[in-house]
Amino acid sequence: MTHSIRLTVNGKRFEQVVEPRMTLADFLRETLDLTGTHLGCEHGVCGACTVLVDGRSVRGCLMYAVQADGSSVVTVEGLAERCPLNGPAVLRGETGLSVLQESFREHHALQCGFCTAGLLTTAHALLEETPDPTPDEVRHAISGNLCRCTGYVPIVEAILDAARRLREGPTA
Amino acid sequence: MKAAAFDYLAPRSLDEAVEALSQHGDDARLLAGGQSLAPVLALRLASPAVLIDLNRVEGLGILEIEADGSVLAGAMVRSRTLELSPELARVQPLIHAAMPWVAHVQIRNRGTLGGSLSHADPSAELPAVAVACDATLQLRGPSGQREVAAGSFFRGLFTTALASDEILIGVRFPRCPAGRRHGFAEIARRHGDYAMLGVALSVDVDAASRISAARVVLFGAADLPIRASAVEAALIGEPAVSGIAEQVAPLATDGLEPRSDHQASAEYRRELARVLVRRTLAKALAPGAPSGAAR
Repeated sequence: MTHSIRLTVNGKRFEQVVEPRMTLADFLRETLDLTGTHLGCEHGVCGACTVLVDGRSVRGCLMYAVQADGSSVVTVEGLAERCPLNGPAVLRGETGLSVLQESFREHHALQCGFCTAGLLTTAHALLEETPDPTPDEVRHAISGNLCRCTGYVPIVEAILDAARRLREGPTA
Repeated sequence: MKAAAFDYLAPRSLDEAVEALSQHGDDARLLAGGQSLAPVLALRLASPAVLIDLNRVEGLGILEIEADGSVLAGAMVRSRTLELSPELARVQPLIHAAMPWVAHVQIRNRGTLGGSLSHADPSAELPAVAVACDATLQLRGPSGQREVAAGSFFRGLFTTALASDEILIGVRFPRCPAGRRHGFAEIARRHGDYAMLGVALSVDVDAASRISAARVVLFGAADLPIRASAVEAALIGEPAVSGIAEQVAPLATDGLEPRSDHQASAEYRRELARVLVRRTLAKALAPGAPSGAAR
């Protein structure tokens, strides 16, 4: 049995036929070729597959694509351009990365990069809800994302710095 | 690591959902938030022929806060909704206190109240909170609706009073009376993991500052959330002061036979029961600790 679903991914509308057992993460990677979303454990532990569904961070491996019918999904590929949170172009600079992504780069908040897409989407959702988080709130927010390279310290710094830059705006 | 193939049904009404469950029986599983079920399917610990998705069933996502402070929560209310509702924090402070301990934010964004209670993981927070709040669970089956107290809903390891053709549709939390103190704490290897052991408690304090009722619920301590009845009995009639915690906490292990597993030995769990009951109770009864539903 297959199902036809309609959804918006990174602002683009898609209509696709899916098998019910296909996870949202597999759908994004295999059907839509959006391979920025990574799959680590595939059972909800590592957080690498975190995407935003209707603005909320969710584990892409613990939701079936058929359940996303009618939803709006944002993946790491959609962070750079679309959301107001990403700040004005002048803040984004020449790279075209979002402020948060740029901050990860500057603070060396990634090494192998496997967990990075999940951390970016998770941190993005945090900053939308909490523009001025405390270091503890940042740590709490990313507690569901495993990183084996960085020791988390530069990730926390990157998120706090991005929050500061977004609050201060382009004049700072 | 991929689920076996299954058929997918997404009923729009409760009647359709009940009907689908009756029709497919044991071949079907109900899909709520999926945060426990999807891993089970991915690991092929189960391979149901049919999933009945409750996410599109109308009316299951309600969170009604009555004027008297009692709450009716639909089974499909997300954990994150419970966590972030300022009204719920005011009228049911114990639920609010427990929510940040439930897994991680991405899980709470999908996970549901009814899913957690129906799954009945012995280390989960919400079942213990439901027992500590003396909640009533509403079950719907083909022959109608019935209500079961949280205290008798949990029957054992991942086992509840739900018949195979019944769906948990809602939970009623009675009013939190003035003078009630509450406490919640757990110990896990890492924050967000399932608890090795935890405590959810509520203590009613009368006008003479004496304890008139107590519900002290341990989770992760047995196959289901259990009340530390020796602690509760020892509290009744005592003055509501922090010092009492030291006295009654050793009773937390009365009749307690926790399991040993890769997370913690039975002996360590017994120690955690004593320590967490002492700490949580002392904090709940400390001068200036929040009391009753906030005004």
